[in-house]
Amino acid sequence: MICCQTPDTDVLGAVGDAALRRIAGFVSLLRQHGFSTGLAETQDAARIAANMADSKPARIKSAFRSLFCSRASDWKAFDALFELHWLGTGLKRAIKVGGSAASSPQTSLGPQGGPPSSRAGGTELADAIESEGEGNDADGTEGTAEGASQTEISGSVDFRKIADPDALAKAHAAAERLARVMRARLTRRERQRRRGRAIDLRATIQRNAAHGGVPLDLAYRKRKDKPLRIILLLDASGSMQLYTAVFTRFIHGMLENFQEAEAFVFHTRLAHVSSAMRERNATRALERLSLMSQGVGGGTRIGECLGDFNQWHAKRVLNSRSCVIILSDGYDTGDPERLGEELRRLRRRCRRIVWLNPMMGWEGYAPEARAMKAALPHIDVLASAHSLDSLAALEPLLAKI
Amino acid sequence: MTLQPQHISEKLGQAGYVADRDLAMALSLMQMLGRPLLLEGEAGVGKTEVAKALAAVHGTELIRLQCYEGLGRADALYEWNYQRQLLAIQARAASGLTLAEDDVFTERYLLERPLLKAIRQEKPPVLLVDEVDRADEEFEAFLLELLSDFQVSVPELGTIRSRSIPFVVLTSNGTREISDALRRRCLYHYVEFPDADREAAIISARLPQISTTLALQIARAMEKIRKEDLRKVPGIAETLDWSAALLGFRISDLRSDPETVYATMKCLLKTQEDSSRISPEVVARILGKVA
Repeated sequence: MICCQTPDTDVLGAVGDAALRRIAGFVSLLRQHGFSTGLAETQDAARIAANMADSKPARIKSAFRSLFCSRASDWKAFDALFELHWLGTGLKRAIKVGGSAASSPQTSLGPQGGPPSSRAGGTELADAIESEGEGNDADGTEGTAEGASQTEISGSVDFRKIADPDALAKAHAAAERLARVMRARLTRRERQRRRGRAIDLRATIQRNAAHGGVPLDLAYRKRKDKPLRIILLLDASGSMQLYTAVFTRFIHGMLENFQEAEAFVFHTRLAHVSSAMRERNATRALERLSLMSQGVGGGTRIGECLGDFNQWHAKRVLNSRSCVIILSDGYDTGDPERLGEELRRLRRRCRRIVWLNPMMGWEGYAPEARAMKAALPHIDVLASAHSLDSLAALEPLLAKI
Repeated sequence: MTLQPQHISEKLGQAGYVADRDLAMALSLMQMLGRPLLLEGEAGVGKTEVAKALAAVHGTELIRLQCYEGLGRADALYEWNYQRQLLAIQARAASGLTLAEDDVFTERYLLERPLLKAIRQEKPPVLLVDEVDRADEEFEAFLLELLSDFQVSVPELGTIRSRSIPFVVLTSNGTREISDALRRRCLYHYVEFPDADREAAIISARLPQISTTLALQIARAMEKIRKEDLRKVPGIAETLDWSAALLGFRISDLRSDPETVYATMKCLLKTQEDSSRISPEVVARILGKVA
């Protein structure tokens, strides 16, 4: 990195203490809003401020936006945040006035990231440095641990029986973590299995040119890596209300971590919600989702929605390594025959259809509803998804694809 | 010496690229901070063109690496020309000479691929890593390493350090989500469809013989068409095609010949669904608004 190789402390000194503190404050505001920015970005922001002290705020805004944003959703949120932080008190003034206090107090910003200065000037930056390692997501990833064991909620409790809002929030976070952990293991298994059989002659000759052509080190033909693709169809009708929130979190975790995953929400019509769910901040993703999936009238027309999916989306999103997961209780106000027909068409296109019906976990429930009966012949797995344990049990089903 | 944004804008204009101010700023920052630039945006907004224009601005070479699934070091970085090595070994053996290992692992037998080529230039080139989201995650990690160190280690030759730091432009189409680490390393610019005035300027820059009024009419029509509910929104390349087609049919005013205008819309609408959606009536409605 350029800025690390040439520690131009002159430049940083020229920006001054006050401006640096304002920049650090801005960075932490951005982090609170889901931006992933590190210490290097803060340093570069200081360089920009030093180089452009005479420029108009609009120019500096545009420079900071290029520096701090890293995805389309950041790009859209940036202007409002910038104005919130800077234009209240004047950006130009902050940078210029700060310049006069150039008694080089900012050694803590040096490239080695040395001990944070205990002086008042350094504290805010030091905060920024300390919080840097923690990532920006409140419910960050616990890469290795079993997601569910992190909370006190027993995995077997039905989601609809959790009344305490705190416990529910924990269950939601756990569902999201579960989805992330699942991904790490699934991809590893895939890699283990992918060892090819046949020898790749061309690659073997090439690899052994160093041995004068004696094939000591064999290269094997590898199967083309086609990642597992997961398509989630969530029923957001009234009867599913108690489960929708937790499933959305689960889907959010899935989408963020599987390279190829798509999500749809349906009730009376189908909505493609992947873009909303790719929002990193879970709460904001849910807000966008609820806007996108607001229904018209009541009832659930699963058959018609699947028909829409088959007609408009299937060609694009399905391949031979796709698993379609339908999350629904199967209460359909539409025609069951239509549902059966659409499922049959869908079945031909994907590897596996998993139907998760939270009511399967209820005592004495049997899939008697007409829609469920029509669907049964076409689905590969019918499982319950009413608790964290049952969500975790999904993993082996997916691993076999 | 860092080029100022205004200066870059001007030079981009001379190279035939009409840039907005934010983009010029981002390009100027690339030079100031030595960071790569990540461009995202819908297909057809001219992301790849940015790199070409940037090469023209700096008067330097453009080295392009097109990413695809399964792209690896051998295609992106370097490969030994092993056929030639084997031939050399055999030729020497036939003439009774001995050959040390060092003789076949020299520059002569090294096939330079885009990334290695980019860091070995005397004058910093523009390195375009196109559609980085199509490459695998492993490649992305490797790219990240290269972009922070700008050095490559070839086991048989040792470490090759960059002679100059290239201007790196990455583009992404959102086939898959690229990693946070790579995003953070880069400056970011979201390329949007240009507004009507800028698009008219682009048309005029690329097709100098077109009249200003027609260019503006086309640009306004495009703005309306993009607002229709289309599956494949036409990009700037399509606009230019359409403009060239209209020019070829000697149309000087869009409203004068709606039938030809409708027929030439084949340049814009690339799926059956879209062309059935933009019916002659819709075209008439759009043309009514462009005056």
